[in-house]
Amino acid sequence: MKILKSIALSGLAFAIAGSMLLTSCGGSGNASKADSSANTAGDANNILGAGSTFDNPLFSKMFSEYNKTNGLKVNYQSIGSGGGIQQLTAKTVDFGASDAPLNGKQDSALSGPAIHIPVTAGAVVVTYNLPDVKDTLMLTPDVLAKIFLGKITKWNDPAIQAINKSVKLPATGIVVSHRSDGSGTTNIFTTYLTKVSKDWEAGPGKGSSVNWPVGLGGKGNEGVAGSVKQTPGGIGYVELAYAIQNNMAFAKMQNKAGKFITPSIASVTAAANIDIPADAKVSLTNTDAADGYPISGLSWIIIYKEQKYGDRAMDKVTKMVKLIQWMVHDGQQFSAPLNYAPLSDKAVSVADAQLKSITFDGKPVLQ
Amino acid sequence: MEAPIDTNLATRPDERSGRVVSIKKQDTVSNTKRINRSFRQIRAENVFRRTLIIVALSMIVLVLGIMLTLIWKSTLSIKSAGIGYLWGKVWDPVRDIYGAYPFILGTLLTSFLALIISIPFSFAVGVFLGEYYPKGWLSDLLKNTVELIAAVPSVIYGFWALAVLVPIVRNFETKIGVEPVGLGIFSSSLILAVMVIPYAASLGRSMIQMVPSNLKEAAYSLGATRWEVIRSVIFPYTKSGLFAGILLSLGRALGETMAVTMVIGNTSLIPKSIFAPGNTMASVIANEFTEADHPVYLSALIELGLVLFLVTVVINMIGKKMISRFTNE
Amino acid sequence: MTNHVKYRIGKSAAFKTLTIVLAFACVVPLIFILIYIIQAGITKINWHFLTNLPKPVGETGGGIANALVGSMIIISVASVIAIPFGILCGIYLSENRKSRLAYWSRLCVDILQGVPSIVIGIVAYFWLVKPLGTFSALSGSIALAIMMLPIIIRSTEETLKLLPDSLREAGFALGLPFHRVVLKVIVPCGISGILSGVMLSVARIAGETAPLLFTAFGNPYLSVNILKPMQSLPLLIFNYATSPYNDWHDLAWGASCILLIWVLTLNIFTKLMTRKWKVQL
Repeated sequence: MKILKSIALSGLAFAIAGSMLLTSCGGSGNASKADSSANTAGDANNILGAGSTFDNPLFSKMFSEYNKTNGLKVNYQSIGSGGGIQQLTAKTVDFGASDAPLNGKQDSALSGPAIHIPVTAGAVVVTYNLPDVKDTLMLTPDVLAKIFLGKITKWNDPAIQAINKSVKLPATGIVVSHRSDGSGTTNIFTTYLTKVSKDWEAGPGKGSSVNWPVGLGGKGNEGVAGSVKQTPGGIGYVELAYAIQNNMAFAKMQNKAGKFITPSIASVTAAANIDIPADAKVSLTNTDAADGYPISGLSWIIIYKEQKYGDRAMDKVTKMVKLIQWMVHDGQQFSAPLNYAPLSDKAVSVADAQLKSITFDGKPVLQ
Repeated sequence: MEAPIDTNLATRPDERSGRVVSIKKQDTVSNTKRINRSFRQIRAENVFRRTLIIVALSMIVLVLGIMLTLIWKSTLSIKSAGIGYLWGKVWDPVRDIYGAYPFILGTLLTSFLALIISIPFSFAVGVFLGEYYPKGWLSDLLKNTVELIAAVPSVIYGFWALAVLVPIVRNFETKIGVEPVGLGIFSSSLILAVMVIPYAASLGRSMIQMVPSNLKEAAYSLGATRWEVIRSVIFPYTKSGLFAGILLSLGRALGETMAVTMVIGNTSLIPKSIFAPGNTMASVIANEFTEADHPVYLSALIELGLVLFLVTVVINMIGKKMISRFTNE
Repeated sequence: MTNHVKYRIGKSAAFKTLTIVLAFACVVPLIFILIYIIQAGITKINWHFLTNLPKPVGETGGGIANALVGSMIIISVASVIAIPFGILCGIYLSENRKSRLAYWSRLCVDILQGVPSIVIGIVAYFWLVKPLGTFSALSGSIALAIMMLPIIIRSTEETLKLLPDSLREAGFALGLPFHRVVLKVIVPCGISGILSGVMLSVARIAGETAPLLFTAFGNPYLSVNILKPMQSLPLLIFNYATSPYNDWHDLAWGASCILLIWVLTLNIFTKLMTRKWKVQL
């Protein structure tokens, strides 16, 4: 008993001593680096970003590759697009990533002008679970909106049957699934529905989380996919990359030009091949491009235009801008293998122009 | 660690007796030394007492701080929605309409359903360990295992429920003919029920063990069976203690976040039945806190946190009061 | 008459059977969970898994070294903050049972014990992350320390209360000042109970996720700087379990298994300790 006690005592002492050591290590490590700065800037080799969950797999791949060649450590946390913007506003991160451009309210909350740099594009697909239907379903914007508004409740509804004449549709009820967490995917999807349906615009509207009139909420793509997969008659929306990787059935959507388009990397890149304004804040949904998939969206990195705030060092800012430049150019090779659409040439040139406009203390960072 | 005591206790008398006899001069020196030392000790004692008081005070400051922070950060929402926030039926961040009713209802439904499911089990454990077999290796094993239920991290419960429990519930729902979703209030109540069993069980056990044996023996001598003793002596005697155990379980169920978030289905609609998906206050905060991109939205979420805080505090306080009254009787 | 007695005895026996069945039914879910997690996780765990960083999507064979180190640092810092504080507060409460301050302080400890962990996360965000301008392991540690406090305080108070007054009086009779009596007599006598409380509190926070969501934030790299974001095991499980990629699910199952074993070992060790030392908690 005595022995056990002393063992436990020494164990505790060891634990405390160990943690002290670790703490002091952390402390001294920080102290030695503290000359560069203590807060946001940290040491120049660590960059902190947060935002879109949609970008996370691609970013994790890009940053890991960039780390191998340049040694820069980028900590990206996928807390959601809105979160990324909020943390950028609070200046707790170096860059935010978002699938939705800043709206007026968010813009005015920022302490200075911010710029949007497009880094990738993606599509939101409508996935469904009809075990007896072998053909790919086709949907029109109007029908899609009605399904998600709860106005069409059976799969053999005449409106659906009219588009898919050759398909024998079952009389199963439609079970709608949507994202429960705030999400850029939801933003792209609801922006699209708002554009194509007056009823949707007057009802739930657009946003990264809206008040859904019907359906189940699932957390993340997986939550939605899970409930669609396991519920016969289910319908939901997920990212293209996710649907492809999980062999899920997804519908062809009718675009503005009247064509039914299968979502794919090619049709998303086509959708992005439109005139992109100089500020890059453009929605690709309901694209004018004839071969473009209508529910597509760009994803942006959002940073302050003037990078000298807080106690940030020039060195770090340069490294971050070079990183983003790399992502827009060389980094694009990692997009396709992960089912992201590479940026169109127009988008790349807009991104370059945006990067050149970044300043540090009034002077451009890139020469 | 104990060395200083030993030197003090052992050497001081020797010192005194030895030096008093031999050299007088040194005695005064050691006297002033001793006086100095005792001054130092008094000072140290005062410092120690003051530290204790400061530490105890800081606990009060901490709790007040938590409450004030929540109130301060939710003023925006309190101002804009007023008291109607609590029964507003719509939660619509796009239009800046925030009503907590669906989440309050979801929280109450999951928690009470979980309690109803768990009560027979936790009482059974309490009666088994408190009355039938208070000793023995089997009871020890059961007691320790039940306590381990409380030790498993809730994120792991959630992960397991998602992978195993939800498909089972979905099959069950297909059989009874409701919309087979799986995720929803029923699933989260089931996993919550498992998680809260230990709280009521361990309290129930200690309460039942506290029943004076002369009461029980009196009943036995009148010819009562075991069941009759439990029903007519033990239950009435421990009534308030058992109820307190339920309250503590409830407090735990109300605030549970991760496991519920993963299986409740997460929708802001008012749940139509116990198989429908819903949302609890804690799960909304976990889902949407980092996403809230305008001040009123964030503030509405923090107000949810405030409501949750107040409700759990009140329930825990009532539970604790009942226990202390019971144990002091 | 005899029939009635038989009926009563039968009823009693039926109730006993029901109780036994229900009591042991509680254990079933726990066993299922243990078996499931260990089956899903144990195959993923090897030396490589413990010593490497997570890999991006599409590359197999990452590890969770950053989360392991991060969890340990976050928990250690939380312990360094909470243990002295908690023990001192427990001492105050046991030494001043009747004072007004003790009453309010005890009430606050009770309140703190019931505060949902997600609420503590929100508060830590506003207290530390916002003013410091960055997510940090330290803010996560402080949130966890707040959760540890009530457990340590209560166990310290309860243990010290049970010690006989004669111990204290013997100390005073020898002319020892108050702080020496407390630190050299009372605390060493109750150390087993206090230690059990400490272990229990560590076991309790080791699996906490909610307060870390908005504080420690996560980090894909190994980091030992407590003023920077840091990864931890529960965070990693939550993030990777809700991601859509199988490689990351595997990491999450392995991490769950390690977390589960860690937490259960801590609990069982505490149980053994309390039994050896006959501590009442």
